[in-house]
Parts: sequence; structure tokens; C-alpha cells
Amino acid sequence: MSKDVLVVKDLNMHYETLSGDVSAVKNVSFTVKEGESFGLVGESGCGKTSVAMSLLQLQADNAKISSGSIKLDGIEMVGMSESELRKVRWDGISIVFQGAMNAWNPVVKVGEQIREAIREHYPNNTKIQNTEKIESLFKMVGLDSTIMDRFPHELSGGMKQRAVIALALSCDPKVVIADEPTTALDVVIQDQILKEIKKVQELLGLSLIYISHDIAVIAEMTDKMAVMYAGSIVEKGPTSEIFANPQHSYTKSLLASTPSVVGDKVKLNSLEGEPPSLIDQIEGCSFAPRCPNRNTTCHPELDMELVEVGPDHFVDICSASRN
Amino acid sequence: MKKNVIEVKNLEKYFEVSGGFFSRKKATVKAVDDITFEIPFGESLGLVGQSGCGKTTTARALCLLDPKTGGEVSFYNNEKSEMESIDELEGEELKKFRRNIQMIFQDPYESLNPRWTIKDIILEPLNIHNIGDLDEREEAVAEILQTVGLTPPENYMPRYPHELSGGQRQRVSIARTLIMKPKFVVCDEPTSMLDVSIRISIMDLMLNLAKDLEVSYLYITHDLAVARYMCNRIAVMFNGKIVEIAETEELLNNPVHPYTKRLISSIPVPDPTYDRKVYDINFDELDSLIEKHGSDSPMIDIGNQHYVATHDVKGLI
Amino acid sequence: MEENINQDLQKELRREAIKRNWQLFKQSKLGMIGLYIVIFFLFLALLQPFLFITGIWNKGVYDPVVGYEPIKDTLLVVECPKEYPTEKYESYSDCPAKGEVNIKKLYMAPGVEVGDMYETFIQPAPPSRRHLLGTDSLGRDIFSQIMEGSQVAFILGLLSATLGVGISTILGTIAAFFGGRIDAYLMRQSDLILMLPSLPLLFIISAFAELKVWHLAVVLGVLGGLGGSVITIKSQALQVKVKPFVDSARITGGSNMKILFSHVLPNVAPLALLFMVFSVTGAIASESVLSFLGLLNIDMSWGIMIYLSQTDGFIFSGMRYWWLILPAGLAVTFLAGGFYLVGRGLDDVFNPRLRKR
Repeated sequence: MSKDVLVVKDLNMHYETLSGDVSAVKNVSFTVKEGESFGLVGESGCGKTSVAMSLLQLQADNAKISSGSIKLDGIEMVGMSESELRKVRWDGISIVFQGAMNAWNPVVKVGEQIREAIREHYPNNTKIQNTEKIESLFKMVGLDSTIMDRFPHELSGGMKQRAVIALALSCDPKVVIADEPTTALDVVIQDQILKEIKKVQELLGLSLIYISHDIAVIAEMTDKMAVMYAGSIVEKGPTSEIFANPQHSYTKSLLASTPSVVGDKVKLNSLEGEPPSLIDQIEGCSFAPRCPNRNTTCHPELDMELVEVGPDHFVDICSASRN
Repeated sequence: MKKNVIEVKNLEKYFEVSGGFFSRKKATVKAVDDITFEIPFGESLGLVGQSGCGKTTTARALCLLDPKTGGEVSFYNNEKSEMESIDELEGEELKKFRRNIQMIFQDPYESLNPRWTIKDIILEPLNIHNIGDLDEREEAVAEILQTVGLTPPENYMPRYPHELSGGQRQRVSIARTLIMKPKFVVCDEPTSMLDVSIRISIMDLMLNLAKDLEVSYLYITHDLAVARYMCNRIAVMFNGKIVEIAETEELLNNPVHPYTKRLISSIPVPDPTYDRKVYDINFDELDSLIEKHGSDSPMIDIGNQHYVATHDVKGLI
Repeated sequence: MEENINQDLQKELRREAIKRNWQLFKQSKLGMIGLYIVIFFLFLALLQPFLFITGIWNKGVYDPVVGYEPIKDTLLVVECPKEYPTEKYESYSDCPAKGEVNIKKLYMAPGVEVGDMYETFIQPAPPSRRHLLGTDSLGRDIFSQIMEGSQVAFILGLLSATLGVGISTILGTIAAFFGGRIDAYLMRQSDLILMLPSLPLLFIISAFAELKVWHLAVVLGVLGGLGGSVITIKSQALQVKVKPFVDSARITGGSNMKILFSHVLPNVAPLALLFMVFSVTGAIASESVLSFLGLLNIDMSWGIMIYLSQTDGFIFSGMRYWWLILPAGLAVTFLAGGFYLVGRGLDDVFNPRLRKR
């Protein structure tokens, strides 16, 4: 059994805004093992990206982690000083941003920008060593080594995204977070990038946290997954288990509302209503107002809490207690 | 034989781009190159392809936003009960024609004027065409808001777009589009920026409205799965050309053109047990083949109203 | 009935929007400081007519231009010695001491002897209870002048800013919307205006025409309106022009004019308002410079006050006659700065990118 690389426990994070505190992440716990890929799925505003930012401790100025712990390889990251964090970031845990095409400085060559990151973490490397490193990274993500001397605007969207993956891998991280890395890309390029990420992950034995709103991508990319709604995880477990046997009403709705090109054409079910505003304190089940499966055996007043319903398969108590 | 609402013949849109600061040479970009299709009343055609393949350019040309550089577009004229070319329309005639064609845009955040109330936004077409008196207009707005599921309407009418969620805004866009009771609506990826759970409700709404109001859609998307849900027929576009066009299920089950195959094979499937076969092609080779054979050969019918571009594709398969 | 509910809701929503924007503005400390400064000067500008109307102030005494109230002082006439030091005076500059006057200065007044008490009016007089900021060299109340000056500053600043921004908004939007030759012409025109050094230009204009406040406001407004702000407004309008809602209006059949006035203009208005606030600052500063150089035909303004203190020879007397220079100088600085700060605060409201979420 491989060891746990990243352990997140009871993470709570909120944003302080003019109109009040927005609880973006509520009691989120999950564990990522070595070489495992973990999917985080949910709608926009459900707190996926806030989780990613908390993991890197790169959250916005007005974001506060109020409680919980994030342990990377047994080392507690919450409460670390900025200089300690700088060491952990990138060689412990790195990220492929959403819309990473804009992550490049337009006036510096792509290779130089990656070199910069490597130099920060391996100050003793020679220039030639670094060049070799970048070349091997580029090869890994399917880029020609001549791309190094190109400026970002000379690359296509797919190439830029590949280069971003190379950048994320540049300091040999143990965990890579991919936050919707293909959102702005075409299906064909998305397909290529997904394959590249998967290949690299298997090659390097990385732990991958894949964040997406697209449950089809999560199905293809991950071994384990968690479904987030309104800041909390409502269901988590092995991906195949969740797709085969979804327990939470929200998970079921997500699965029922995703069109597919294979299989028979089915009538898709839409979910009425909108996600709740996170500015209000939500008592009990946050999904209850939209839940299509409500019945008399429901206990929406119960505080949200995950209970085990199958091997390694957890679901929110409200759905679990329903008959 | 069903009547067509719109017929597009050999539509072309070329752009001239200068070859650089010092160069006087001008290159021609064929954004839309000789495409032909028609849409019968009440049916929807999906236009699928990568970004930059000319989908949106086609849409803008059909809506007369940008002038086309060649080809012919005909529209069904209700008064004369016959197809009528829209290329020579001017003045009042043109304004009248515009009632029949509308467009829904991709970004619900940008497609509504942020300084207008929802009521004013939906009223605009009625005001432009001066339809009905003020009370009738207001009634029409309330009615259409109810139709698109924004009830009670008086709660939404005085609001500004930024006070609504993405899904609600897209409903407003649809309401604005449909208030003129057009027969043909161009949809430019109207759901691609919405969340999954909201996306389906918008798509369902559009399907229902199409049935009730007999609207035809030209549905532009890069996602075949969405096109499958929305459209009767799908046209696959590549580099400004339609390379394959067929009934939706026929196209998905029996794709012929390598690009179509590639496109279908790259859609992720929401099922972890499904092993997606990837069909890889060399895009450069496809490009040069189309360049060589594309323009002089028509599309051929391989049965079941399934048309494929006839550039020699054997070498790629 | 429904209509009423509708209107009530609309009113309430509008009130809420204003409240929200106000809260955003309040977030900006600099903006609030600016607002307080502007309100303070506005209060001063309005206070003066109030004081005259209610008769609290007598026009003959307090009028900023023709008011006159001599402050009487009695001085001992002395003769300054030729050589220093003496018993009484240590050096040349000590004579005459306070409360004394040198007889040589009084050669115009016959029959005055050393040792007499000489009655005189002091002008400029230092601050006193009757004249809070003292009087100038002609015996006019400085405080009243400051008030008059702030009226001038508000009229000039707001008029020229409104005019300038109105011109540049209309031209900028037209340039963006129609493009082509109109655009090219308008852009070259602003380049030309930007290129011309504005101060020398104003010198030339004032040499040919007697500039009054209104004229100056028009000249500054037109110069500002044709200059660089056209380019900025145009770039904003270009962004609005390609928005889908403009396309959508066009598909529906909206005419160019309709789209221009109902879609594009309202969306460049916030930027225009911002420009307006910033250009008030420029107008106030320009007025003081021109007045100081004596190029304006204005009865009273802050610039004129400084100009007068300079022509009367008090400006280089250090802080001895501070009430002649400081109040006017500070007023110009503070009001110009105040408008600038208000602009910074508005920037926070209109520019969502700068907003703290």
C-alpha cells in the first residue's frame, strides 16, 4: 500500500468581503496517496479553486484559513512562514492554473521563465544542467526543444498549456494540482493535453489533484474523486464506484445532466434552482432546496457530515440516511 | 419535402491580411470557404468544429453583421411563400427581414447591456421595430419572461443584468431573441459558459421553445455531445469548410471523414469503465490534402443524406 | 397596481445600487478625504452670498473687490540713526522698531516732528477678530476673497470639465464607432492639440482677447476636450463596440445613431465622469497660473490674490505677510488635490479590477 502524500483535514477557509464573510471551503478532508490521481468536481463557485489555492497557500489577501490542517509528506503547511512556503511550493506541490495560457510573461522567452523557476529551487545547478532539464521536460510533454527560445505569443494555446505543465513539473514536485487546465481549449487539444498529463503522471509517479467542472473528464482522469457543493464535499470515493453507484442526490444530478456521444441518446435531467450564496450561514443540508429526491425520510436539518456507505465511499449524512 | 427556412449556397468569407510591416503583399485568409447547407422549418443544424474553423464567422455573415465576400443566402419569405435571396435587401425590406433572424451569444455576461434593466433589454427589438403600443409591449415582455421561466416577471423586469446569475442572464438573452417571434435563431455556444446543472435546463428550454414556436436553430458548438442533444443534423467544419454533414445519430455512429472521427474520439465519456479509442490523425497532412483537393470537388452523398467532402482521404485512414 | 409595484421596486433597486456604490466609495480613504475637502470649499463658496444676504457682513466692508476697512494704528515718529549700533537699535534692520515709524518715510506729511504720535492705517493688516484672515494691501478682507475665489474655482472647474468631457466623449465615441476617415481625422487633431504646449498657447490667446472666467472655462474645456482624452474615451468605446449586446442590437435592426446613443455612450459614461473630476484639477491649476502671470481679466480669484501679493512686493517678504499668500496658495492646492482624490475614489468604484473584494 502506497503512503499518503497529502492529507487535508477539516479545512475551513473564508473570504472577508464588504457584505460579510463568504465561507468558501467548509470542513473539507481528503487524502491523496502517492501516484494517485484525485478528482475534485463541482460547479463554479463551489470552492474547488479555493481548495487548490489553500493547498498552495496562495489564497487572495482577504482569504483566511480559519481551521484545519494540510500535511504534505507529514509536514504541516498551515501556519508556515512565507519563506518556508516558498520552498515547499513548486518542489513539493505545484499547480497548472486555470487559463494558464495567460500565466506567461509576454516579454520573456518560455525557456527562460522555466529556468527561473528551477534556479529558485536548485541554485547550485549549472546552466547546462538546467537546459538539459528543460529539454527533457519539454520532451515529456510533447514539445520540441526549440520552443525554449520562443516568446509566449509565438505559441498556440495547446503549446502554451503544455509548456505550463512543463513549468509545473520543473522542480520535481510530489503533488501537481491541475485546476481546469483544459477549460479554454478545444476538444481535440483538450484530449491531447489530458493524455499528456496522464502519461507524465504515470511516468513520474506523481500524485495528481485534478479539478474540473466536467464530470466526463474526471471519469477519465482520476482514480478517486470528491464531489463538492457549496463549499463542502458531499460525496467522495473511488471514481468507478461513484459513477457506478452514486449516492448523493447532487452527484446523481450531475451524472444525469452530462451529455455523451456514446450510448443511446437519453433525456437529460436538469437541476432546478441555483447554488446557495455562501455568504449566508447554511444550516443542515445545503443541497436540500434543490434536491429532486426529497421525501419524508429526509433529514435536511442534520449538520453536514460524511459517513461511510461502502468501502472507502463516503457520502453526506443527509443522503445516506434517506431510505 | 419540408420547406427550408434558410438556404446557404457557396458562402465565402475571405479576409485580407497584410503580410507584415514592411511587406506590401496581402495574404487572403479563407475564414469560410464555399460552404453550403439548408435548414428546414423546425429543425436544427449543429455546426461543430475547433475554434478558428470559421463557425462564428459563418454565423456573423448569416446575421448580416459582417458582409460576406461570396455566395448566396436565401430566406423563406412568409408573405410571398417562397425563398428569397437576402443579398439585395435594403432599407425597409432589410429591416423587416431582420425580424426573422436573431442570435444568442456565448457570453451571458457580455451580451446584455450592463446599464439597462432587463425590461429595457427585452423591449429593445420591439422599440426598434415599433411594434404595438407601450402597454402591449410591456405585456409581451412579461409574457416572454414567463415563457423562459423567469417568474414572476415583475421581479425581474426592473433588475440589472449583474444582479442575475449566469443561467438567468442566458434566459434573458433567449427572451430578448424570441420576443420578435423569429423563425431562425443562430446560437453561438450559448451554454458553454454555464455550469453543468444549469446548462441542461437552458438546453431543454431552447428545445421546448423550438417545438412550441417552430424555431430553427443553427447551433454552433465545439462540443459534439451538446450538438447531439440539441440538433437534428450536424455539420462538421474544418478550416473554413464543411467536411461532413449528416443526421446526428448517423454522423456519430458512422463517421467517414478522418476529422470527424478524430473529433468524436476526443470527447471524454462520463463513464470510467468506458475505454475510449483514440483515433489520431496528422493535421498538417489533412491541411495540405484539403488545400490540394478541397476546392474543386463537391461533397458526395453516401446514402441517408450523409454528405462527405471528397478530397482524397484514403491516405490518412 | 402592478405597474406601481414595478416602479417601487425599480426605485428601491436604484437606491440600493447607489448605496452599494457609495459604500465602495467610502472604502477609499483618499476619496473620502477628497470629498470632505471639496465639500468644505463648496461650503465656503456658498457661505459668502449667505453672509451678504443676511446682512451679517456689510458689503462695503467685506466685498472681496471693493470692500474697504482701514485698521487704525498709532505710531511713534522716530529718526533712524546713520550709524549702528546705538543704544536703542542694534543694527540697521531694527529701526524702526514695532510701533514706530521713520520720519524719512513721512516726508509727504508736513508738520510731523520726531516724537509725535502719528495715526495711520495699516494695510495689509494681520488677522484680527473682524478680519479672520487679515486684509490685503488695499484693505480688503482676505477671507471674503478666499470665498469668492472658491466660487470662481468651482464655476471654472466644473464648467470647463463638463464642456471638455462632453466634447471628448462625443468625439471619442464617434471615432470609435465610425472608424475610417472620421477616426483618422479626430486622432490627428488630438495629436496636434497634445503637441501644442498649452501654456504658451493660453498666453497667446489671452494676449488677443480679454479672458474672463467664462472665456477661460470655454478655452480650457475645448482644449481638454479635443486633446488626449478623446483617445482614451475612444479606446473605451472600441471595447464597448465589440460587445455582443451591440451586435445583438444590430442584428435586430437598430440604427447606428440608436446604438451609439443607447448602447455605447452609457457605457463610456463612467470613464467620462472620472475624466471630468480629474480635469477639474487641471482647470483650477491653470487658472491660478494664468492669473498669477496677470493674463486674466478677472476681478478676484485665488490666482489673482497671489498675483496681487507679488505685484505689491509682499511675496518675497518671507512669512511676515503670510496671510497674503498662504490662504490662497493652500486653497488652490487643497481644492485641486481634493478633486483629484475624489477621482481616485471614483476610480475604485468604476474600475472593478481595482476593487477589493
